[in-house]
Amino acid sequence: MNVAEASPAPDSVQPFIHLDKVRKSYKARGEEFLAVSDVTFDVAAGEFVALVGPSGCGKSTLLKILADLHHHDSGEVRIGSPDNPFDPSRDIGMVFQQALLLRWRTIIDNVMLPAEILGLPIKQSRERARDLLAMVGLAGFEDRYPHELSGGMQQRASIARAFIHDPKLILMDEPFGALDALTRERMNVELHRIWRESGKTILFVTHSISEAIFLSSQIVVLTARPARMAALVPISLPEPRTVADKTNAEFSNYARKVYELLGMT
Amino acid sequence: MTFSSHQAKGKPPVDLAVDEPDSQPSPAWTSWWRAHWLAVLSHLAMVGLWSLASTRMPKFILPSPLDVLLALMNPRYNWPRHMAVTASEVFGGFALASIVGVSIAVIFSWWLFVSRAMMPLLVTINMIPKVAMAPLFIVWLSYGIGPNILITFTICFFPIVINTTRGLKEVEPDLIDLVRVLRASRGQILTKVQLPSALPFIFSGMRVAAVLAVAGAVVGEFIGSERGLGYAIMSFQSTMDTPGMFVALALITLVGVVLYGLVILAERCFVTADSRASK
Repeated sequence: MNVAEASPAPDSVQPFIHLDKVRKSYKARGEEFLAVSDVTFDVAAGEFVALVGPSGCGKSTLLKILADLHHHDSGEVRIGSPDNPFDPSRDIGMVFQQALLLRWRTIIDNVMLPAEILGLPIKQSRERARDLLAMVGLAGFEDRYPHELSGGMQQRASIARAFIHDPKLILMDEPFGALDALTRERMNVELHRIWRESGKTILFVTHSISEAIFLSSQIVVLTARPARMAALVPISLPEPRTVADKTNAEFSNYARKVYELLGMT
Repeated sequence: MTFSSHQAKGKPPVDLAVDEPDSQPSPAWTSWWRAHWLAVLSHLAMVGLWSLASTRMPKFILPSPLDVLLALMNPRYNWPRHMAVTASEVFGGFALASIVGVSIAVIFSWWLFVSRAMMPLLVTINMIPKVAMAPLFIVWLSYGIGPNILITFTICFFPIVINTTRGLKEVEPDLIDLVRVLRASRGQILTKVQLPSALPFIFSGMRVAAVLAVAGAVVGEFIGSERGLGYAIMSFQSTMDTPGMFVALALITLVGVVLYGLVILAERCFVTADSRASK
């Protein structure tokens, strides 16, 4: 495995996220069910890391462990470093498969929700919310209600919401899984641009291998039954990336490698 | 967006009708009429049939609509006083049930063990016919407005607590996670996410309760009261004053209709049109 060569940070600098032999099991109907085992990888600040693997490989569980919504049984999870401190209550933004917008709030008020909960200054946050909505292509839709927007637009709003409190880490759990294929391609291009402009660290769970390759600087491949981590694949495709890159030989090589690691070839 | 603002769009201005004062009612009125003329017709038909039937029966069995109208106008009956008593019991019991019902549902959602212990108990208590408890309440609270509020409360409480509990449970778990990540307090999760999500459920509980509320107050007045419309019906029964009983019935219904109407109105104000449509 190429764990060693994948390590993105120089040895002297502590990585932003450090996972070491993370393990988590559930008890269901008396039987122990291993959700995550032996997951070890580092993420440098500003990286885009995709977690790929089949259903039941514990991708979402891993994300929830990072968000401190689940506890892990053993191993080490550390986020933040001395030169890049991390406040778990303010430095995480989340995006789920469903947009999860509050239907009684306008789009801008939905984006404002984390700012309200954290007690951030309302006036500045509102201006920031406007900028973020413009960034995700929703300028002019601030005062609409969620049901007036398409699924793709709702998901854009939920991405803007994840950025409102300027978190250092954004966790995305299959955010484009419920969108149609073409909308999904377009969202990939936009998310990649947003990531490059914002410089955030993003962890992104997906079933789609081409989505993972297109977006990432590093892919974590997980396998199911037994649920465990198979490998790390660093991606170095030229920037800026376009949809046309998906037809490159280089892109196909990465895809073949990931398929092999998943045991699908 | 609220329901009323949806309706406001796309209607021609009302002052068109000013030019021809006697031929055209306002457009708002015509569209209402177009939607409801059948309902109006069926109500009028019932009054017509009643009127017809009353000519063939003695007044103490079936008074005519005119007899009833005269009884309503007669100050001797003191209708406003009776109605005020019944209305305060109905509204008081209903308001109390709404506040307590929603609060208890919130407590259930916060502490699972409380809900596991208390919910089955509530279901058991709910099986007791509430009107049969009325004599007991009179023993406890003596005559007057108190026991009648309590009966109304017990009747209204259950649909509200059960619907609210369900509404609080059905909030998307990921949505709760989204705010929990931000270390939102229990109060923040409740006021910003859970309660607004549960509002359609709370209102459907309140609608059921509003229909039942009047029965509670009236039964209470039947057995232990010297005031109120329920008391009025009992006393007119002893004097065979059937027109008086009819008026009392109509006014009891009116109290119920007003309560129900207020609940619907509040629902339109607070629940967005799209989530009402999905319920």
